Amino acid sequence: MAVTRGIDRREFIVTTLTVGGGFALALAFPPNQVEAAADTAKIPDKPWESLVGKGETEINPWLVVAPDDTVTIRVAQSEMGQGTFTSWSKMICEELECDWSKVRAEYASVNRHLRENKVYGRMATNASGAVRISRQYLQQAGASARERLMAAAAEMWAVPRSELTVKDGIITHIPTGRKLRYGQVAEKAAAIKLPEEPKIKTPDQFTLMNKPTQFLETPLRVDGSATYGIDVRLPGMLYAAAKASPVFLGKVKMYDDAGVKNRPGVHSVVEFSGPDIEAGVAVVADSYWHAKTALDLLPIEWDAGAHGDDTSEKFLKMARAALNEPGAQVVVKKGDPDAAIKDAAKVVEAVYELPYLDHAFMEPLNCTAHVTADRVDVWVGTQRPEEALLDAAKLTGIPKENVYIHNCFIGGGFGRRNYNDDVRQAVMIAKQLDRPVKVVWSREETMRHGYYRPMRVARIQAGLGSDGMPVAWINRVVGIDQNPPADPAQTIRGLHQIPYAIPNQQFDYHLRQTHVPTGVWTSVGRSQNEFYLESFMDELAHAAGKDPYHYRRALIDGNPDFPRAKAWVKVLDTAAEKSGWGKKLRDGTGMGIAIGDGRRPGVKEVTICTVVATVSVSRKGEVRVERFDVAMDTGSFLVNPLAAERQVEMQMVMGLAAVLRQEITVEKGRVVQSNFHDYPLLRATEMPEIRVHFVRATDEPIVGIGEEALGWVAPSVCNAIFAITGKRIRSLPLKNHNLSAGAA
Amino acid sequence: MLSLKVNGKMYSVDVEPETPLLWVIRDTIGLTGTKYGCGIALCGSCTVHVNGKAVRSCVQPVSQAAGKDVTTIEGLSPNAQHPVQVAWRGGDVPECGYCQPGQIMAAAALLAKNPNPTDVDIIREITNLCRCGTYTRIRQAIHRAAQLAVKG
Repeated sequence: MAVTRGIDRREFIVTTLTVGGGFALALAFPPNQVEAAADTAKIPDKPWESLVGKGETEINPWLVVAPDDTVTIRVAQSEMGQGTFTSWSKMICEELECDWSKVRAEYASVNRHLRENKVYGRMATNASGAVRISRQYLQQAGASARERLMAAAAEMWAVPRSELTVKDGIITHIPTGRKLRYGQVAEKAAAIKLPEEPKIKTPDQFTLMNKPTQFLETPLRVDGSATYGIDVRLPGMLYAAAKASPVFLGKVKMYDDAGVKNRPGVHSVVEFSGPDIEAGVAVVADSYWHAKTALDLLPIEWDAGAHGDDTSEKFLKMARAALNEPGAQVVVKKGDPDAAIKDAAKVVEAVYELPYLDHAFMEPLNCTAHVTADRVDVWVGTQRPEEALLDAAKLTGIPKENVYIHNCFIGGGFGRRNYNDDVRQAVMIAKQLDRPVKVVWSREETMRHGYYRPMRVARIQAGLGSDGMPVAWINRVVGIDQNPPADPAQTIRGLHQIPYAIPNQQFDYHLRQTHVPTGVWTSVGRSQNEFYLESFMDELAHAAGKDPYHYRRALIDGNPDFPRAKAWVKVLDTAAEKSGWGKKLRDGTGMGIAIGDGRRPGVKEVTICTVVATVSVSRKGEVRVERFDVAMDTGSFLVNPLAAERQVEMQMVMGLAAVLRQEITVEKGRVVQSNFHDYPLLRATEMPEIRVHFVRATDEPIVGIGEEALGWVAPSVCNAIFAITGKRIRSLPLKNHNLSAGAA
Repeated sequence: MLSLKVNGKMYSVDVEPETPLLWVIRDTIGLTGTKYGCGIALCGSCTVHVNGKAVRSCVQPVSQAAGKDVTTIEGLSPNAQHPVQVAWRGGDVPECGYCQPGQIMAAAALLAKNPNPTDVDIIREITNLCRCGTYTRIRQAIHRAAQLAVKG
C-alpha cells in the first residue's frame, strides 16, 4: 500500500499514516520515483576520512572522478539528520550529468578551506542556508567540471565540443556513436582550462533535483557504523568527564582531588577556563565511566559570582516591567497607531510569555582533541567547523595551517552546535595532556550548559474598526539574552514586516541582559514571535466574531502593500482545504490555524507555510494533537522533497514537545532541568499524523526548509485549544495550564 | 576479570562489576554502535539484547550480563541483513540516526516475541525516544520487517 496521493509536477502531497494500514513498505513517494536506498553506504563511516584513493583525479575542489567513474563529492556542510550529504551532492551532480548510482560523498577539509582562501565558500550549517547560499556555486562547480570532461573528450577525438552529448557520465560523439566514460577522460580534464564558465541550469531544467532521493548514508545508520563525535576512538586516547560552573559565569574556588586521584583508572584531574569557556574541572581516566564516577565524587567549591541568587522568575518580572519602560528600539512605525487605538471601536490587549528552551538532541555534547607541540587535531560534530578551527588555533597558539577539524556525524544540532564551547573546553583540557582525550558531557551537563532559546515577553495592543478589522497594532517584545544577538533585529524577526493590512503599526523591542547563555534554536526568533503574532490574530478574529481562517485571508488578500498576498492566500487555502477546515468535528476536538513565511531581515527569499492543527482536549484537560496539516510553498524547486518532508516532520515534533511540556527554569543562578524526565521529548504515543502538502505558490527559490515550519506549531495548537475550550493560552508550556473542564 | 559474551565472541574485561554494560561495550570492547543518550534508561539509545531481550544497557551492571548472550547492533545479523535492518534501509527511516541502533534493537526484540505486532503494540512496546520524530517511519518499517521475516 503506497501512501501517496495526488502527485503531479506542480503539487505533491505527502501523507504519513498513524493509524491502520501500513502493512507494506510505506514510502512517502511511489517507489519508482525514489532512488532506492543502496545496501552499501556512499559515505565513509568515519566521515572525516577521505574515500579518495590513488589514481583518482580531482577535477576541482568539489569533486573527484575515479577511473571506474565513481564520483566523490566534497560536502562543506555538517550532516545532522537533514540529509545534507545527499542534497549537496545533488546540487553538483544536477550539472555534472554523472551516474547517480556511482556518487559518494565526504566532508570537505576545513583546513584546506582556510589554506586555500576559503575555497569551499560557506562552511557553516545554519540559517537554512545550505541551498539558498550555496546552490549556485555548487551548480557552477558541477557544470564547470562537466564542460572540462567534455572538452577532454573532444580533444581526444579531435572533434568539436558541439558534436558531443553526455548522459550518466558517458560521453557520446553523436556523428560516430563513439563513447568515452568520465573515468577515461578525468586526468586530461583536470589540466583543461575553460575559455569561459558555462551557464548553469534554471530550476525548470532540473532532472535530478525536485525528485525524492533516499539518503546516501542510511546504511551506516542502520548497522551502527556511522561514527558520531562521541564514537571517536584513537590509539592511546584518554577519556574525560567535565563539570563546568553550575552558575553561569562562575569560577572554580578550589577542588580536592586527594579522594579521587587514586581511584581505578583515574589519570589526572585538570582545571579549565578561558575566553568563552565556562570555567570548571575535568577528571581524566582510562574510560568514561571511571572519569564520570570520579568526577561525581570530587569535592569542588565554586565562586558563583554575582548571579548565585538569580532565578528565571526574577527575569520574568524584569521583562514584564520592561514592557512599560521607555527607550524601546523602534523597528516599524507606520501611521499613528496611538491615535488610531484611541479612536478604535474595540481595543484588544494581551501579554505573551515564553520560557527558555534547550535543544535536547540525542547525542550529548562531546569533543575529542589532541594537542601536540606543533599540531592540533579535533574530532567533533559541529555546525561551524571553520570557527572551531580558528578557536583551537587561538587557544593553543599553533598556526591555523596546522590545526585540523575532523567533522563527524552529528546526533542533532538544532542551532546548539554553532557555539563550539565543547571544542574550546576540550582543547584546554587536551593542552594539559600528552595524549588525545575524548571529553564527554553527561546528559545533565549538556542540558545545564546550553545556549538556550531566550526567554521572551511580548505585549500586543490592537484597535478594531466597526467592521471588526484591525486599524492599529502596537507590539513590544522584551528579549532576555546573555548577550544581545549580533543582529538585535532577530528579537523581532518575523514581526518586521507583517502581511496583514493594518494601516497603523508600531513594533519595538527592549533587550535585557542576564547571565544565562542564549543562542539560536531552530527557527530562531520565529518560534516566539509567530506565537504572539498568530495567536493574537486569532484573538482578533474571535473578538470580531469572525472565522480565523477567513479573517486572515481577508487581511492578506486585501493588503495592497504586500507583494506576496496571492501566494500566501494559495498556501493558506491549501491548508484549509486539505485539513477540512470548518467541517464538523466531534466534541472536544477543534482546529487551529497559523500562517507565516519565514522572512528574515535583509533576506529576500521566503518560504510560505501554513499549519492547521487538529487537536482534542479531554475532560481531564489532556491535550492531544491528532494531526498537523502543513501546507508549504516549494517555490521553483526543492533539492530533495524527501528531505524536505522530514525536515517538516522534525519541526512539528520539536515544536510540539516544546508546546506541551518543555521549559528551562533557573534557580540559584543555575538550570533546574537535567534530563529527559524533567525536560521530556515527544513520545511515540503522542506522535500526531503529519500531512505535508507541498504547493508551488511562488516561482522563485524559497528561503530554505530547515526551520520554516516550526514557528506555526505553537499558535496552531493553542488556537485549536481556544476553539475547543474557550481558554486562551498566552504562555507555554501547556503543562503549566489547567485545561480540565470546570477549571478557571 | 569478568567474562562477557558479546556478538558471539568471548571477552575478558577488567572492569568493576557495577560498571554499566553500555560503557563496557563502548569503551572497553570498542563497539560504538550502542549509544549513550541519557544514562537513566529513559531514551533507549543504549538498547542491546541480553539473552534476546531488549535491555537498556546504561543502567545494567555488567555483572548481570556475565554468562549471558549480549547482542549489539553490530552483531544483530551478518552483513546487516536482519529484516528490521532491511526494512529500515528500504523505508529510509533514520534522520540524525543517533537513536536508531537502539530503535532497531528494540524493534528486533519486539518482533522476536510478537511476530506480527499491531500499531498499538508497537507504540506501547517501543518507548525509545527519537528527537527527529521518525516514529511514524519506525512503525511502518516494523510492519514491513514483520512481512519480510515471514517471507524468510
